[in-house]
Amino acid sequence: MESAFSSADLSAIWLTFKLAALVTIILLLIGTPIAWWLARTRSWWKGPVGAVVALPIVLPPTVIGFYLLVAMGPSGLLGALTQALGIGLLPFTFAGLVIASVFYSLPFVVQPLQNAFEALPERALETAATLRASALDTFFSVVLPLAKPGFLTASVLGFAHTVGEFGVVLMIGGNIPDKTRVVSVQIYDHVEAMEYASAHWLSAGMVVFAFVVLLLLYTFNPSGRRK
Amino acid sequence: MIHARFDLTYPGFALHADMQVFAHGIIGLFGPSGSGKTTLLRCIAGLERVNTGAMQVKDEVWQSGENFMPVHKRPLGYVFQEASLFPHLSVKENLEYGLKRIPPEQRRIELEQVVEWLGLNRLIGRDSPVGLSGGERQRIAIGRALLTSPRLLLMDEPLSALDAASKREILPYLERLHSELDIPVIYVSHSLDEVARLADQLVLMDRGEIIASGPLNEMLVHLDLPTAHLDDAGAMIEASVGIHDEEYHLTRLDFYGGSLWVSKVEHAIGSMVRARVLARDVSIATVMPQNSSISNILEARIDDIRDEGPDRVSLRMSVGSRQILLSRITRRSCDQLGLAPGMEVFAQVKSVALIA
Repeated sequence: MESAFSSADLSAIWLTFKLAALVTIILLLIGTPIAWWLARTRSWWKGPVGAVVALPIVLPPTVIGFYLLVAMGPSGLLGALTQALGIGLLPFTFAGLVIASVFYSLPFVVQPLQNAFEALPERALETAATLRASALDTFFSVVLPLAKPGFLTASVLGFAHTVGEFGVVLMIGGNIPDKTRVVSVQIYDHVEAMEYASAHWLSAGMVVFAFVVLLLLYTFNPSGRRK
Repeated sequence: MIHARFDLTYPGFALHADMQVFAHGIIGLFGPSGSGKTTLLRCIAGLERVNTGAMQVKDEVWQSGENFMPVHKRPLGYVFQEASLFPHLSVKENLEYGLKRIPPEQRRIELEQVVEWLGLNRLIGRDSPVGLSGGERQRIAIGRALLTSPRLLLMDEPLSALDAASKREILPYLERLHSELDIPVIYVSHSLDEVARLADQLVLMDRGEIIASGPLNEMLVHLDLPTAHLDDAGAMIEASVGIHDEEYHLTRLDFYGGSLWVSKVEHAIGSMVRARVLARDVSIATVMPQNSSISNILEARIDDIRDEGPDRVSLRMSVGSRQILLSRITRRSCDQLGLAPGMEVFAQVKSVALIA
């Protein structure tokens, strides 16, 4: 048998990794304040915002992809904005894929973080305040260390879920080698072309990847799930 | 002075507190459960934000009108009911958490001092506070609060979550802080024994309101106040160690108006101690008792008599010019002896609890 992965496969793997890593970083940055707000607020908006964040869990990815495509298109709000800024249109670009994936994987990062924040005893925050720590200081010196299992879970789920997306990618990114052709699309292509051996290699790779990731998560982070 | 005024209403609870006390010594905030002590303390700290409130320590305004100093900017220390140590930090890191956050020129209490005062030598090397006993954890929490060099220390029933042994372990440390540190402390408790041991001033709360405040020994024996009618009501006597009787292993405590013999203590002659004489341990005789096993008999004058339920009365007596004693006897004895305000009697003290 020849090399297990063709250069197109390797390119797809690398692109997938790049996409998932970037999306995970962005999601941790924007997901943390959203999760903090959801965990702490007593506002009426908690329900609606929580529901919007959770939408990608229940909606078919094609629906999300469709609306994002419309929004990013020439007559969409996002499209108008990106054109006005001189960036051009986002569909069928890597940047477009990143933005779409951020929406798609948002709940998988926000919900574990929210759970972790809700499990934090209010008393720990109050204690820090009486010991002269500002809100930001408390976040880094108390919240972050105590919510570490939640952050780990959120990162792993956000990353893994982005790796596994397909419908949104097809709607937004299409199938452009080196730009938007991620592993899941590549597998689809192989199957379309009846290249079952190649499809097997990539698919089995995904299974192993997913198993190892979850195994690591459950082995080293038991408390992250129990909470 | 410390001046705190807060009005707040929750469903089922209202706080209307106006407290004015001297910013000195330990201020006991005493009242039954649910009387609003903890809420008042949280308002003082700023943990509970009340828009109609004012809070001032000496010349420093923490809250007034629209001005609200955030909790982390207030020079206070707070000891919660449970130690609330940070589980992800070592014992030393816990102690230094607040210390690191105040500018060096404001540090008046050093780590070494606190370790020595609170007997933390054995604990400071621990990687984690997890697994320490309740008493050990609370000592660390007290040390952590002290290390911010607070201008006001707030303690919310720091002993209530501890068992009797841990309580006995911590009380001497608190008494020591009292004598060695010049930081006013507001100490919330629902244990009369605890405040009688520690406090200098007493603030009484009931149903969200402050019903009285003043010097401890006055507040303990005021028959108009609920403190004088509790089961363990009694007077506090500040006395000096007079002489030791080596043969019978006794010590005489002298105070204005008399003296009391107690089991021998280790204190040096002349040192000041607090003793508590419970009302139920004081009986009355109208003539000097002869051939009695009770060795502590004080000449007293009855000031006031109040009914205490259907069968008992409380007596308030002056011993000498300054000391007040309470006695609780049956109403029948009171009538048979014909006791009335103004009468000179003999108070027989069955038991004296020595506090510091």
